[in-house]
Amino acid sequence: MDFISKNLPYLLAGISVGGQYALIAIGYTMVYGILRLINFAHGDIFTVAALVLVYSSTIMPLYLSIPLTLVATVVLGLVVERVAYKPLRNAPRMSVMISAIGVSYLLQNLALYITGGLAQTYPAIPIISNTIKIGPATTKIVTVVTPVLTIVLVFALMQLINHTKIGMAMRSVANDFETSRLMGIKVDNIISMTFVIGSFLAAVGSLLYFTNYASVVPTSGAMPGLKAFVAAVFGGIGSIPGAVIGAFIIGICENIIKGLGWTTFSDAFTFALLIVILIVKPTGLFGEKATDKV
Amino acid sequence: MLKVNDLKVNYGGIEAVKGISFEVPEKSIVTLIGANGAGKSTTLRSIVSLVKPSNGKIEFLGEDITGRDTNDIVAKGITLVPEGRKIFPDLTVLENLKIGAYMRKDNLTEDLNWVYDLFPRLKERHWQAGGTLSGGEQQMLAVARALMSRPKLIMMDEPSLGLAPLIVQGIFEIIKEINKQGVTILLIEQNANMALRTADIGYVMETGNITLTGSGKELLVNEQVRAAYLGK
Repeated sequence: MDFISKNLPYLLAGISVGGQYALIAIGYTMVYGILRLINFAHGDIFTVAALVLVYSSTIMPLYLSIPLTLVATVVLGLVVERVAYKPLRNAPRMSVMISAIGVSYLLQNLALYITGGLAQTYPAIPIISNTIKIGPATTKIVTVVTPVLTIVLVFALMQLINHTKIGMAMRSVANDFETSRLMGIKVDNIISMTFVIGSFLAAVGSLLYFTNYASVVPTSGAMPGLKAFVAAVFGGIGSIPGAVIGAFIIGICENIIKGLGWTTFSDAFTFALLIVILIVKPTGLFGEKATDKV
Repeated sequence: MLKVNDLKVNYGGIEAVKGISFEVPEKSIVTLIGANGAGKSTTLRSIVSLVKPSNGKIEFLGEDITGRDTNDIVAKGITLVPEGRKIFPDLTVLENLKIGAYMRKDNLTEDLNWVYDLFPRLKERHWQAGGTLSGGEQQMLAVARALMSRPKLIMMDEPSLGLAPLIVQGIFEIIKEINKQGVTILLIEQNANMALRTADIGYVMETGNITLTGSGKELLVNEQVRAAYLGK
């Protein structure tokens, strides 16, 4: 009993942060699935979402600034795709990746310029910022909301992909651009759609993640972004269920390590896991076989 | 129905098609035959705008469609069964058929029954992933998928490639059957014998040019064609 009451808060925190990583990781894995591109700017889009809420909440009530944050993040994701990736559609993959790294630094430095490098107070979102007691543990409501919301969103996304016309088009575009065009599918629109979904989920993840923190700095998103990327690789990049399961495993393990008193090593664990996965099973838990498109 | 006039296409730095002109009359079967690299595939690909022609005009039902977006051209009623079948391996057979009708918003039941009648095999396997089908079944699926868009003109790029002779025979039977039901067909083939037997009109392509024209039967007995493509 003593063991449970001691470790329950860590387990809860782990499940919660795992859900937040999952929401970011889906963006990485979906874009990879369709474009075979690691969208390095995705973590920064996550940070920008936080900053949009910070600034918009100073001039309008939260019930307006939260939807605004979601919309602005989606628009940012779309603009990044149109400006930085679409013109490179027929370029070698390496060029697109370098473009993604460029966008990442651009967003980071833009955030640095706008915030002046100072920590910005993150607004307390009512209800989910309140504390509750679960057994012996005291935590914020967001800890409980996150995994539930994550599972609901992932379920909705899987329904969209597997049982709708647009989902079918997304799967066929992921298979083969040219043949998809022959079916009359507007490939660029489908690609935009994946950026819309990825950015939207990153914005939701951002709202949940930063509720646990008092403030945001321009690099706040870098670490969760990177860990979500590790989660996507761990689960098998390209696979949505893989990314979600990978994210939960990483979130829980990290926090259990903290609970054991090795907080210093919790980040190291995540990246050590990345190295081990890349050596032992490079395709991840649910990754596609490494057959290249022919 | 389809008129191609002085079509030139550059492909990978070389001129793959060097100013060809040909016509596909409504309800006919037309074939382009020729060796590997003659520019046959490039011609079909430029008709549906997968590659942009550098010169020339492509007219479909009296309308200039040169260089239009592929989805516009598909909407007008042209479809291409690509070389190597290119079915979607991760989609089920049924999904492959449905994606063929992506541009349409009406009910698909009638068309599904139609293609299931033509290819009973596909009905048996409708729940299977496309990638698990055999080569011949995949070719049937590729043709059926193209039919699902209710095309006026269906273009086929080497439908017999890599298939056993008996299955090739079956594919050509189906081509005739589809044509009888009112769909115009433009076929490119290396299997000149089968193609010319099936076609009303034949064109022979050599290194980017059309060098011979005639009815299928005429070309079948033409000395040059026999020497070059029929191995006699």
